[in-house]
Amino acid sequence: MSTSFILVIILVVFGFFLAGAYNLLVRSKNRAKEAWADIDVQLKRRYDLIPNLVESVKGYAAHEREVLENVTKARSAAINAEQSGNVKEMAQAENMLSGALKSLFALSEAYPQLRAVESFTKLQDELSDTENKIQSARRFYNTNVMNLNTQIEQFPTNFVANIFGFKKEEFFELENETERETVKVSF
Amino acid sequence: MADLYSQKDSNILKTWLLMTVFLVLIILIGWLFGFIYNSPEILYFAVSLSLFMNFFAYWYSDKVALAMSGAKPASREAHLELFRIVENLSITAGLPMPRVYVMPGGQINAFATGRNPKHAAVAVTEGALMKLNKTELEGVLAHELSHIGNRDILISSVVVVLAGLIAILADWFLRASIWGNFREDSNNRQGGAVVLILGIVVAILAPLVATVIRLAVSRKREFLADASGALLTRYPEGLAGALEKIDGDETPMRYAHNGTAHLFISNPFKGKQKTSWFARLFMTHPPVEERIKILRGMQI
Repeated sequence: MSTSFILVIILVVFGFFLAGAYNLLVRSKNRAKEAWADIDVQLKRRYDLIPNLVESVKGYAAHEREVLENVTKARSAAINAEQSGNVKEMAQAENMLSGALKSLFALSEAYPQLRAVESFTKLQDELSDTENKIQSARRFYNTNVMNLNTQIEQFPTNFVANIFGFKKEEFFELENETERETVKVSF
Repeated sequence: MADLYSQKDSNILKTWLLMTVFLVLIILIGWLFGFIYNSPEILYFAVSLSLFMNFFAYWYSDKVALAMSGAKPASREAHLELFRIVENLSITAGLPMPRVYVMPGGQINAFATGRNPKHAAVAVTEGALMKLNKTELEGVLAHELSHIGNRDILISSVVVVLAGLIAILADWFLRASIWGNFREDSNNRQGGAVVLILGIVVAILAPLVATVIRLAVSRKREFLADASGALLTRYPEGLAGALEKIDGDETPMRYAHNGTAHLFISNPFKGKQKTSWFARLFMTHPPVEERIKILRGMQI
């Protein structure tokens, strides 16, 4: 066997590795992107529900203007942050919105008649469901991001990631649920 | 979760392998009997039967499994909490929303079926809805959704149809060879004896093969689905608690069936006092205590 033959084999093997690693990274990146779309869907649903909620409260607790305005403001801030696409800013704005909503729901303690209003309880129910769904979508997104980030850092894909400029993605962290470590499984 | 993606690929491969082996097996049996009885029609029949059954198993096995367990489609209004749990878990798992079914009966049980995540269904018993609390129900459904994500559903649903057919065929051959033997006894004693022996061998071997296949698809993947289910809820205690309740629950399942037992989260036959040592040898499900122990041992 001549040396050139061996060289060709090494090159071919290297080429296969390169293509495989590149495709793996592209796949992970697209999975993370797709997962982000899921979060977007749920966030938009939340933005859509909020104006109706504010309306339904207005009639019963009109002089709690500050609380209502806070919710409206936090909502538009969150929408702006969402359009900017900056993950960190978005998380911040979403946390603000969640806090504002909490004080809005606390009103139902002070105004018991609110709890008898069907549209209010229904919206409250829908919103808490949407919040659960945001958490679910967020966890799916974070799993995919972790997968991508691990591949970018891990040997030997990290070389390929460096050559083609794959960037690590940001985790989407929200308050009020402490994200725990991955479950370790041993058989 | 890289190993779960590869689990999916290996399951798809196994399903094709299983269907091919099945195809060849039925054709071989057909050829054998066609040769013994000297009629090629049996071979043609076997070829068309095995082709038909393979297609049928791929496209309709989920419907067969659902019908055999008496599952009815659930409405979102009547089972809002169930629907929300399934919706949230499928978002976390990154799966499309499966169809949701409810089975009659007081036993706590559930299964998932379908050929791919887009055509998947989960079914839970009324007993599970009544006796489990929210985190436990979440644990059970996360386990079922993991079966969908890992593509366990395709192979185990296909097994419902294929293993069922092997059992039926074995039964046929046994009968045919015994009756055939009596009839042909006078003029062809030796040929009849060969057919009888062959018939008995096939009749014994075929259900054994079917059972082994079912075992191969069932036990290990229950552990795996437990683990990936715990990854979805981040709360293994939910499923562990549900399994404990399942273990203590002695209500018999109304629609328990040999062909579908391996689909369920726990053996639907318990509570029926019929488990012999032989049946226990071919248990489709790993012992519940072991599953609970592993779940509780997970480090979170």
